[in-house]
Formats: sequence, structure tokens, C-alpha cells
Amino acid sequence: MTTHATRHIISLLMENESGALSRVAGLFSARGYNIESLTVAATEDPTLSRMTIVTSGSEAVIEQIIKQLNKLVDVVKVLDLNDGKFIERELMLVKVKATSAFRDEMKRMCDIFRGRIIDVADGSFTIELTGSGNKLDAFIESLDKAAILETVRTGASGIGRGDRILKI
Amino acid sequence: MEQSTKKITGAEILIRCLHEENVEFVFGYPGGAVLHIYDAIFHQDKFKHILVRHEQAALHAADAYSRSTGKVGVALVTSGPGATNAVTGIATAYMDSIPMVIISGQVPTYAIGEDAFQECDTVGITRPCVKHNFLVKDVKDIASTIKKAFYVAASGRPGPVLVDIPKDITADTCEFDYPATVHLRSYNPVTKGHLGQIKKALKLLTEAKRPMVYSGGGVVLGDASAHLIKLVQSLGIPITSTLMGLGGFPASDAKFLGMLGMHGTYEANMAMQECDVLLAVGARFDDRVIGNTKHFLSHPRTIIHIDIDPSSISKRVKIDVPIVGDVKSVLADMNELIATEKPAQNNSALAAWLQQIEAWRGKKCLNFAQSSEFIKPQYVIQKLHEVTKGDAFVTSDVGQHQMWAAQYYNFDKPRRWINSGGLGTMGVGLPYAMGVQFAYPDAQVACVTGEGSIQMNIQELSTCAQYHLPIKVIMLNNRYLGMVRQWQEFFYENRYSESYMDSLPNFVKLAEAYGHVGMQITKPEDVEGALKEAFAMKSRFVFMDFITDQKENVFPMIQNGKGLSEMILAEDL
Repeated sequence: MTTHATRHIISLLMENESGALSRVAGLFSARGYNIESLTVAATEDPTLSRMTIVTSGSEAVIEQIIKQLNKLVDVVKVLDLNDGKFIERELMLVKVKATSAFRDEMKRMCDIFRGRIIDVADGSFTIELTGSGNKLDAFIESLDKAAILETVRTGASGIGRGDRILKI
Repeated sequence: MEQSTKKITGAEILIRCLHEENVEFVFGYPGGAVLHIYDAIFHQDKFKHILVRHEQAALHAADAYSRSTGKVGVALVTSGPGATNAVTGIATAYMDSIPMVIISGQVPTYAIGEDAFQECDTVGITRPCVKHNFLVKDVKDIASTIKKAFYVAASGRPGPVLVDIPKDITADTCEFDYPATVHLRSYNPVTKGHLGQIKKALKLLTEAKRPMVYSGGGVVLGDASAHLIKLVQSLGIPITSTLMGLGGFPASDAKFLGMLGMHGTYEANMAMQECDVLLAVGARFDDRVIGNTKHFLSHPRTIIHIDIDPSSISKRVKIDVPIVGDVKSVLADMNELIATEKPAQNNSALAAWLQQIEAWRGKKCLNFAQSSEFIKPQYVIQKLHEVTKGDAFVTSDVGQHQMWAAQYYNFDKPRRWINSGGLGTMGVGLPYAMGVQFAYPDAQVACVTGEGSIQMNIQELSTCAQYHLPIKVIMLNNRYLGMVRQWQEFFYENRYSESYMDSLPNFVKLAEAYGHVGMQITKPEDVEGALKEAFAMKSRFVFMDFITDQKENVFPMIQNGKGLSEMILAEDL
């Protein structure tokens, strides 16, 4: 059993009821678990919400997190995506300075990272970028800090590969 | 299933639901948001409403009713301060896994979020200390929600469930239809243990050289006492119990080593540390039980853990053989396996182990120096046991007196020892005694308390008078917050910061003011006679103020951060 903290992506299905999100968020804060990001939205079945939580901890801590999540009466199913192969994606919108001197440079950077410019204004571009958290980090790092006007990230969503399906 | 095509109010529906659940007592306190409910209570007589003097006491009384009977305790409070006053009682029940349903009134739905009079976010405030909670937003949902609440509270690992009902919902009407069954797709507690794991556990236990059973509150809550006794007797192995598990195995049995943990016996703690195979049953390896985790793990042993809650397993200590299931069902399976397979045991090793345990027991760690001058608190508990023939329900508050009651009353039956183990809530003792006495009107109920704790819910003397509860309060009065003073003596060089109880009331007169019998006992030779006199008054509430030795401490004691085998004994000082 490893005792060092590793990053895990936990997916769960829960009853789509008011207060459900705060039960999960409250559990993490009450027990001192780490949350890197948390995303939630209703699924194709409107009575169910799917949540993706990015957390980190030792194996023992992750085991406890999974057990504690399962213990919540509203939680239908929990899956640690790290138990198998999975795909992770996050969406980021970045508003960058795009004044005459920067405009071409920004367009190039955006292309390299396979981003899309979704809004063009006199002095700025808004770039949409999708990928793993690492890729989004890399994009931010490759930009001149002074050029970044605003960023917004959704937090990761994850899904198992192939036959790994989280459904009831 | 009860059906009716007549439309009735939400308040009436709630009452009908409680009837359907065969509720005997509702402990509560009225207020604006629950007036419709109280009016509906006025029109029924199937359950009895018990009017307390503070909502906290309603919760504790309902909690003790549950602890002593195994049934779901029910409390009813109003919105805002009614609900916040209830929070300590809810958290107390939650920490000890007590099944309860709490109904709280809420401001009308149209006023929610507007900072209305007596509004608070009850569902939000109680969320971290309930098993689950609900806000009912439609009168049509009352019946199904109450059904779910009782089901969730009592099944799996039990716990308190709160249902918050806005006032307008209790006035709205609809037809009453109580569901016969309930199914929650998100909640399916495991009850049956994995047979392969159970076999593996039994093999380990029978082959062990130094086997040991560590039993907890789960045995009491799971009504598994008879199965546990059978298992221990057929294997002939020693057993210890947590504070919450006391009575789950008879204390008078030779296999019982006493309570373990911070104030556990020498033999229990040594055996826990040095055993090679440990069977934990409905216990959770908490900090007051195993002391320093690293020290505990420094001694190699194989641990089997039976628990209905998967999250209790490997939470603080890594478990080798986890068995998730209802303790009663798992123990029954184990007993059946023993009966059919008659496994051979390592008899010579077991004999040597039992001999070692007897040597530890020879320390007589619970001996205390008797005094002709001062009343020793331990002596009062010993005499309480004698006078009540060990057959009383004993409730306690929290502190030194609680530990002495646990150490010296020697509980032989489950559900007789009613105290706040997990949360350690001072003030529970008197309302706990009320809850027990309502459940068992003819039983002897003793509330062992201190002069600090009793004052945290002293107003309930009035409730006891109203309902003629013949409780006996055994107050060990040392004029100190004893456990705080003990720690200050050991760890803060006798700096007794704010641990002295100045300006104590005259408790005899106070009891008399409420119409009860008050007694003060100051001499050791009067202890037994006074107890006999008090318990002979079968229909009276008797408040006994025992003036005890101020300097007495609880031993053995494991200091914070120390290991199980690093106890301080009374003889060491």
C-alpha cells in the first residue's frame, strides 16, 4: 500500500436532489479530504446527477473517500476511474490580450494547442481549449503572464475507456 | 397499508405515519412552526407526547429510549432555536449510531430564505451529524418521507434521520396513503457476511496462539449478545469490550477482561496489545480505545473485523480479514461453522495465554484505597451494584463518574448501560434516565452523574416531576470538573484552570423545590444505607448528593499519545 498521495478521479452517480452537492462537498471538508476540482450536472436520466471529483491522497485515504461517498444515502454508485483506463477532459476559456503586436502570436499558440478562438474583440481574443488538466496547465505556462486577462476552467470530467461504464 | 380517500392535513398525516410506525413516545417541545402538528397531537392518544423543558433533553430522552429498547426514538422540535437546541442531541446519537427520527418544524415554504422569524437552515446545520435528512416541500411527500426516515434510521448502521417540515405543508391537505414497503436505489446496506471470509476468520481464530475478542457497541445495537456469548464460550477465548459495548458480554464471566482503552483494565489492554489474532466485532478502533496507533501496530497481530459499515473497516487500523455484515448474522454463521466443523484449537498455546492473562489480572488494577473519612466514588458504584443487584439501567453523564460507573458496575446484560461514548456529551445523564424510565416504568433506573454534568440539563427535574419518574440520581459530587482536574493534575502541573465548581446549589433543597426527595450523604458508612433507602422509595424521584473524595482519580490511565501497554496504575503513584 502506497502511503504517498496520488491524484485520483472519482466519478459518482447520485440522486438529483437539492442539497446533494452539499452532502458531498461537506463530507470532503468535514473529513479533511482534498478537492482539486468538482463538477456536477444532471445525466440523460434527469433524476440522476453525475459528479466528477478530482482528489489526492494515499491509498488508505482514497479507500476511505470511496467508502464514505458510498455511505451517503443519496449516492447511487461510485467509481474510482484510476482503477482502470479512463479519459479525462477539461474545458478552459482564456481571455488574452491580442493587440496588434500579439495578435498573430496568440493565434499561433492557440493553433499549436488545438484551441479555438471563440470571441474576437479589438484588444483581446477568447480561446476555448479542451484537454487534460496537464495540457491546460501547459498552455497557460506557455503564454506570457502579462497577456492573460482572465481564465475560467470547468474542472475535469472523466469517463472509463471501452467497457468501463458507470450506469445503473 | 392504511388508505383513505378523505383529504387530511399534513399534520394529521404525520401523526398517522407515527401511528403506522407504532411509535409509543414522542419527546418534544412546541413552537410556532409546529403548532398544526401539536393540534393534531391533541386529537390523538395512540402515542404519548412527553413535554421536556429544553429541546436538547427531548433528543437525549428519545435517544435513550432507543438505546434501551432497540426501537427508533422520536423527537419533535420547532424551527430555528428548537432545531439548533436539538443539534447536540442529534450529534450525540449520530456518534453512537442510534436510530432516531427527528421531526423539525420549518417556516412556511414561501418564507424560506427570507430570514423569517425563527428560521434557520435546519437541513444544512444538521447535515454533518445525521445519517440522512429531508426537507419536505409537498404535503404529498410527507408519508413516503416518514417511511423512508424510519427505514434509513433503523437499517444498516443505524443513525438519526431528520425530517424538516415547513408549516404550510402541515396545513395543506391530501389523501393519506402510507407505503407498505420502501426501496431506495441508492441505499442497500449489506447484512449477510461473506462466507469465505467468515471461514478464513474462524481458521485464524482456532489456530491462534493468543486469540482475543474485542467487542463494541455494534454488538449491543445489533442485538448480537447471545451469539457473541456462544462464540466466546465455545472457543474459550478471552474478550474485552469498549465503553459502548459493555453488557454485550457478561462482566461476571471469567472470560471477560473488563473494558479496554484509556481507562481500561490492565489485563484488557495488555491482552489487546499482545494477542496474535484479534476479532473485532462492531467496534471501530477509536483513539480512546487503542491509544497511539503506531504503538498498537508495533506489535504484530492479525486482525479480523466484523462491521456493518464498510467505512469503519481499515479507517484507523489496517484490517487483514474484513467481514462486512450485520454482526448478529455473521456471529450466527460462525457459530454454525463451529458446530458443524468442530475445528481443533491450539489448546496448549491457549492455556498458556489464559495463564498469562490471569497473571495480568493478578495486578488487581481496579483496587482502590478505601477511606473511613471520605466517600470514595468507586465505592458508591460498587454499593449501587449491590443494592440494585446488578439489575438496574444505569445512565451516566460524561467525566470521571462515567468511567467509574463503566469500571465498577459490571454490566451483565446489553442495553443496560446508557451513556454518550462518541461525542462525550455532558448533560445526557438525566434525560437519558427519563427516556429509559418511560420505556421501562417499573425498572430501577440510576443516573450516575457529577455536579458539573447534572447542571447542564438540571431543568429536566421539572419533567421528571410532571411524569412522576422514579429515577434515582447518584451524584458523585467532588466539587471539581473531575476529569478536567485530573488532566490538569497530570499534564498541567496542577494548574486547575476553571475546573472548580464554585457556588454549587444546595442540591437537596433544589430537588425538594421540584417536589422530589433530596439526600446528602457525606460519610462512607452511610452510603449503603442511603442507597437502600432511596431504592426502597419505588415511586419517588430521589436525588442523592454524595460528597466524595475531591482528589480521587480514574485509573488505569493511558496518557494521550501513549500506547495500550503504557498505562499508569493507581499503585504506580
